[in-house]
Amino acid sequence: MYAQMIKTDSDRVKDLSEMSPEDRAFQERIDRGEKIEPKEYMPEGYRKTLIRQIGQHAHSEIVGQLPEGNWITRAPTLERKAILLAKVQDEAGHGLYLYCAAETLGVSRDELIGLLHSGKMKYSSIFNYPTLTWADIGAVGWLVDGAAIMNQVPLQRTSFGPYSRAMVRICKEESFHQRQGYDIMIKMAQGTPEQKAMAQDALNRFWYPSLMMFGPSDKESVHSAQSMAWKIKINTNDELRQKFVDQTVPQAKYLGLTVPDEHLVWNEEKQGHDFSEPDWTEFFEVLAGNGPCNKERLAARVKAWDDGAWFHDGLTVYAKKAETRRARQPLAAE
Amino acid sequence: MAQQSRPPSETADVIELLLRTGDNTLVLGHRVSEWCGHSPVLEEDIALANSALDLIGQTQLWLGLAGELEALMNGQARTADQLAYLRDAAQFRNVLLVERPNGDFGQTLMRQFLFDAWHLELLKTLENSTHPRIAEIAAKAIKEVYYHVERSADLVIRLGDGSDESHRRMQAALDDIWSYAGELFVADAYDERLAAAGIAPNPADLKPKWEQTVLRVLSEATLTVPAGTFVHKGGKRGIHTEHLGFILAQMQFLQRAYPGAVW
Repeated sequence: MYAQMIKTDSDRVKDLSEMSPEDRAFQERIDRGEKIEPKEYMPEGYRKTLIRQIGQHAHSEIVGQLPEGNWITRAPTLERKAILLAKVQDEAGHGLYLYCAAETLGVSRDELIGLLHSGKMKYSSIFNYPTLTWADIGAVGWLVDGAAIMNQVPLQRTSFGPYSRAMVRICKEESFHQRQGYDIMIKMAQGTPEQKAMAQDALNRFWYPSLMMFGPSDKESVHSAQSMAWKIKINTNDELRQKFVDQTVPQAKYLGLTVPDEHLVWNEEKQGHDFSEPDWTEFFEVLAGNGPCNKERLAARVKAWDDGAWFHDGLTVYAKKAETRRARQPLAAE
Repeated sequence: MAQQSRPPSETADVIELLLRTGDNTLVLGHRVSEWCGHSPVLEEDIALANSALDLIGQTQLWLGLAGELEALMNGQARTADQLAYLRDAAQFRNVLLVERPNGDFGQTLMRQFLFDAWHLELLKTLENSTHPRIAEIAAKAIKEVYYHVERSADLVIRLGDGSDESHRRMQAALDDIWSYAGELFVADAYDERLAAAGIAPNPADLKPKWEQTVLRVLSEATLTVPAGTFVHKGGKRGIHTEHLGFILAQMQFLQRAYPGAVW
């Protein structure tokens, strides 16, 4: 999940009878499963929450280029290099769709990027972890994209039209990414003892951060309840985490790798695995800026933006010149 | 197999051509891919990744054929990966232009434009090569390269004729890289034999059309062509700049550190 702990500005979810006629009509449309389109009425809280969620999601795609980009120049074969390039390119594309979806809510891409750079908006905690070996590129595809898909597949049914449509396109590409990541893991797990050790080490380091991607338990969260009422969140964090664990454990077994959780056990009664919670103190430290790569990730994005200022300005000045020339053209023809 | 009826000395020439062409796309693709996630704007992240992807894809074809033809020479084929990851710098045949460091976005762009304009002319000729396999690869690659030239020329114009700052940077980039473009047109004995056999153009013959494109775009970009005529060369003979060693150290790390592993 690329959106974590999104606030809604609500202190509680209102009952239909407490709503203004406009808000009630809006909620009824959502309850009927209708899509809300940009120019239609929406409560301010809905709009703001979506901006936070879509913005955080977009930022995650952009920052997410960095840990994977870290291995593009060291990819072990031409084919792996090409696949990784295509994947990172897809992620930039996802960022673009999502910023566009956010723009339909009245916030510009530049404003959102400004909020990211000033630290007022976050990106997913997972991208603050380093990619130390080639196996990490496999683990990121398998686990991180796998966790993202868990959340994004239901979001194809989200109530906001542009977000839902962006999600349909994104999901197609994400499942391809996940298969590629798993394919790297298969090669590593079946490879030399050193490769197998790298694969196990990658799983050890990415397992709990992947579980954290879903966010802490939100059973009691008013924000989560409000987002679910608005259908901009479809499942609870715990539901998605459970689903992810149940899907991933057999995949790890197939690879011959061990999930780093001694309490992991199949629970026949609930038809799911029991597993250990990640260390939430670590999660909050990472969100607070103390993850292994927070400073580098944000600094890299800010540097790209600052170093590119002349590029933006140059293009803007050219566009103005070109417009002036176009405006003069009919006169020149006379 | 058309090439089997050809004399072995010609096969050696063809392999040289394929290494030169494939190493150019490999090394430039590598350089461009260094931008991933660091470019000035999201659209450029996408465009740069796309260009790098095209160049790496073309590398697989050129080096793949080179490795395959090696079997005709010494009975042992090599894969494109073996050629890319297991040769040292002195065996690389790319021009010095493509191994120049990225610098700022303007330097990367100018390097790309001068290369793209040449690459297009090269592929136009290779499309009609008497060597059918080469013609086939060129016909595939040229579709991508038309787009590369369109993009890099358009950006050179917009940034050259943009703000004072963007103009200054693009002029500096041109001044910096200009003396590395000439190597693209220097012919040696290999080139002359390949041209005589109708397999590849004589590099010198590509210059007029390249100049036509480059001068038109630079003029529209309000940039001044540097006066110097000095040409840095050596890459085609395996004498490289200090930069290539570092590119290979990075690129070949896994293959060198874990020999024989499958990835």
